Order: sequence, then C-alpha cells, then structure tokens
Amino acid sequence: MTGSVRPGGCSVGRVLADGEHDIGILGQIFGFDHYGELLALAQDALLAGALLGLVGGLAGVFVVMRDLPFAVHGISELSFAGASAALFLGMNIVAGSIVGSLVAAGTIGALGVRARDRNAVIGIIMPFGLGLGVLFLSLYKGRAANKFGVLTGQIVAVATPQTAWLVGTSAVVLVVLAIMWRPLTFASADPEVAAARGVPVRALSLAFMLVLGLAVALCVQIVGALLVLSLLVTPAAAAARLTASPVVLPLLSVTFALVSMEGGLLLALGSTLPVSPYVTTISFAIYLGCRLAGARRTAGA
Amino acid sequence: MTGRDGSPEPVVSLRGAELAYDGKALWRGLTFDVRPGEFLAVLGPNGSGKTSLLRVLLGRQPLTAGSVTVLGGPPHNGSKRIGYVPQHKTLPAVTALRARDLVRLGLDGHRWGPRPASAATRSRVNELLEVVGATVYADVPLGSLSGGELQCVRIAQALATDPRILLCDEPLLSLDLHHQRSVTALVDRRRRSAGTAVVFVTHEINPVLSMVDRVLYLARGGFRIGPPDEVMTSASLSRLYGTRVDVVRVRDRIVVAGAPDESTVHNHAGGPDNDRPDGGGPSNGAPP
Repeated sequence: MTGSVRPGGCSVGRVLADGEHDIGILGQIFGFDHYGELLALAQDALLAGALLGLVGGLAGVFVVMRDLPFAVHGISELSFAGASAALFLGMNIVAGSIVGSLVAAGTIGALGVRARDRNAVIGIIMPFGLGLGVLFLSLYKGRAANKFGVLTGQIVAVATPQTAWLVGTSAVVLVVLAIMWRPLTFASADPEVAAARGVPVRALSLAFMLVLGLAVALCVQIVGALLVLSLLVTPAAAAARLTASPVVLPLLSVTFALVSMEGGLLLALGSTLPVSPYVTTISFAIYLGCRLAGARRTAGA
Repeated sequence: MTGRDGSPEPVVSLRGAELAYDGKALWRGLTFDVRPGEFLAVLGPNGSGKTSLLRVLLGRQPLTAGSVTVLGGPPHNGSKRIGYVPQHKTLPAVTALRARDLVRLGLDGHRWGPRPASAATRSRVNELLEVVGATVYADVPLGSLSGGELQCVRIAQALATDPRILLCDEPLLSLDLHHQRSVTALVDRRRRSAGTAVVFVTHEINPVLSMVDRVLYLARGGFRIGPPDEVMTSASLSRLYGTRVDVVRVRDRIVVAGAPDESTVHNHAGGPDNDRPDGGGPSNGAPP
C-alpha cells in the first residue's frame, strides 16, 4: 500500500534543485531553470490543480453565502488528523483525509444546526483533530518533509493512484453540487420561504456539509490543512465583492480559484519552495483587487 | 362583513383546532373559515401562536386536536397554491442574489438540477417585478435593498406561482409608515384582482384596518373572530384577556390599552403591560 502513494513533501522543483547552493532568497522564490522539462513532469499536478480550482471556487460560493468559513477551518483540522493517521499507518493519505473530513463535516452538520451551536461544535472538535494529527505525526518515523506537507501543502509529485482519487472525489462533489445548486441557493438565502415551498432545508444543510467535507479533503492535498481557506473562501468572497449575479459570481469565483491554483503551481514549479505560499498570495492579491474595485464601484454607483 | 356565506367554498377551514406544546395549549377550539378574496388579520400578543397558525396552514406543523383543511385537503408542505411572505429580516450584505433572483427562486427554486432560466421564466419574473413596482431595483443585490423594497420583492416572490392563499407573517415589522402602506396596498390589490385569500399576521392592526374583512384575535389560549368592529372592542378583548382592556377609536385608528403581553401574563398573573398603550405594537407610527 505504501508503495502506491508517495506523499512528496517536496516539489519537483526542489528535487531537481537539490545540490545547487547559494541561489539566494529570490532565486529560491522564483526559478525557471529547466522549466520545460518540469512542466512536462507536472502535468498531473496541473490537472489536480484545475479540479481543485473548480471545486473550491464552486463550493466556496455557498461557504460564503452560508457563513461557513470557520466550519471549513474545523473540517480541515480533522482532515489533517485523518491524513496523519493514514501516513502513520502507511495507508492512502487521500482516503485518510477524506475520512477525517467527512467525520468532522457530519458532526458539525448534525450537531450545529444554528450558527451559535455550530461554532461551539467546531471550536470543540478542531483542537481534538489537531491533537490527533500531532500525535500521529510524532509517532510517524518517515521523512520529516512528509509531516510538514500535510499541514502546509504537498503533492506536486502526485502519484497516479492519488490523481485517480482526486478526480473521482472531485467528480462526486461537482455532480452533487450541480444537482442541489438551486434548492441549496434557495435554502441558503431564504431558509423560511424555502421550507414553506417544500425545499428540504435541513437535509440540504447536512448534504452540503458532507460535500464541503469532500472539497476540504481535496484542497488539503495541495495547499495543506492550514491554508484551505485560501481556496474555499477567498475566491468566492472576492467574487462577491464584484457581483451579486448568481451566474456571474460562481464563474468569477472559479476563475479566481483557478488562477490562484494554477498560477501558484506554475510559479512554484521552478522554485525550491512548496506550492502553498504562491497559491495563498495570489488568492489574497485577487481579493484585495476585488475589494478595491468593489469599493470604487459602490462609490461610483 | 361576515356575510360572505354562500360565496364559493372556503379555502381554509379549521374545526376545533388545538395546538399545544408540552401540554400547554397555544389555542384550542379554533373554528373558522377563510373564503376566497377575504382579508383575515391575525392579532395577538407575543407567544399567542400566530406564527404557529401559519405553520399549520403551511403543513409544517400538525395540530394536536381538531382538523384543518386547506384548499379542499389536508395542508401539505410545499404547495404551489400558497404564497408565503416572511417577517422582514435584514439579509447579510454578501447574499449573492439580486431582487430578480429572489423572485425567480419563488418560481423554480425548489427544483433539482441545473437549468438556465428560460425565456418564459425571465418574462414572468419581469412581470412580477413590475406588479410590485420593483423593476427599478430588479438588479440591485438583496443586501443593498431597503426593508420596504425587500418586502415588495418578497411579495413578488410569493405571488410567483399565482397562489390562491397568501400567508403573511408580520410583513410590516420594522417598516416605516410609507413602506407599510405600499406593502399593504400590494396585498390588498392582489386579493381584489385575483381573489386570493389573505391571512395576515400582524402586531398592529392600524396599517391594515381599512382592508381587513375579519380579525382573528388570539390570546391566553382563546380567540375572538369577526369584523374589526365586533372584535376590537373593550368588552370583547376584556373577556378574552380576562382583565380590563380598553379599546379606543381615535379617528381611523384603534388604540388598545391595558392588554397584557403573553410574557407578562406568566410573570404578573395578568397585570397590564407597562408602557405599551397600544397593546404591543412596536411601531405604532405617527397619527396621520
């Protein structure tokens, strides 16, 4: 089992850059040597990145609308615990993080119907998840880079079985989101009227938490448990600054998530650093830009 | 005004209806009909079960005794023939919907699967927005609408499926006088033009006084129903509350003094509500 999954805590770039010395900080951050060859090697990562952009951008629309950023954070910590347990036990890390995510999402969805209860539930399970994760990582005797990777991002060197997991889970998330998009919009914006019109508001709330759990588990793979919010909240929040159209907003959100994700991957490729700082920085820059543009738009209106 | 007997079949009919929570009845023995085009105002102090009555009619809350018929059958959740206008609540500024999108949700928001709006849907939405005079702010994000604008959009949403009953749960709450008038005028116009029955829960009878056919007043587990002139009298409300209540007509307004709020009933055994001369209306508005 261990052989099929390679949790690479380091990027392809870092592998190739091993042995080079004294390249300076800028050289570490931006490097484009052997870029063509690296690009060929990174095809799987780029595909995974595109899927994550799509999933993060779309699920993020509802994370923002339903005020769930804290839930995303809580789920990601249990996802981290699941991934660490899988790492320690030598099992599939993606499967481990998915199991952790779903347990967290199911708990939050079932116990935290009202926002106030929900935040308390999240605040309680989050440190527990982190503690479990730390435990398994401390027990794990493998490479230190693997440990770091679970928290802050990894898998530019995605092995094929892992890509299959990513594609399969993304497909599930996208299909379920498409099916429940409209009733979920109704239930999120206007729960009372939606319930009066026969929309199963509670069931949808739980279903979305589970979908969100899967989305978080996916994002943890590339940006790491600590930085998941940059894919699941920032792009949609940025888009919401520019438009309230239910068609344009998800498109913008996906575009922002894709630009952050793929831009981050492409920049990280030639450098010696992990992907996550690039992704989070681009994502944040887009948000700032949208905030400024949104403020100008409101002032001009 | 009860002389609508002999007109078409009632759209809502309750017989000996009772709703109790934990053994305590909100109301019992509730028996009345609502006929097409009728405007029924539901009044009563907080906790008297006004909203619960709407939930019963929506099929979201079963009775504990008695029977209820809505449009000829038992109420069922999600009926297209019932429009529902909730209390005004400020929506979060990030709500990613515009006025027209909220109206469209009233048409097809309960359907599964992705589907872009058809030309028919779009024109129906435009038509509804025009009916409530919301065309000018059709593309404004919901978070940026004023309270009155939002309630007009909600009425458009409730009318989307061309309902035969309109259930309104304190739609005037926190609106200023001007917007109270425009919202009530919309509701009144609808029931006159389409014969839609209106069940209008309100804290405050004055904004709708000129339109209501009958008042259902719920308090202390009992009720009074009839034209405003019969129900909104000192004798009638004093009997209902079991304490002295004064009802005064000042020009075209009704002022209720001394009606205890339900919460104070428990605490002070029926003592009059302190500084609430109008009997519980938070926004009485200035006399004209």
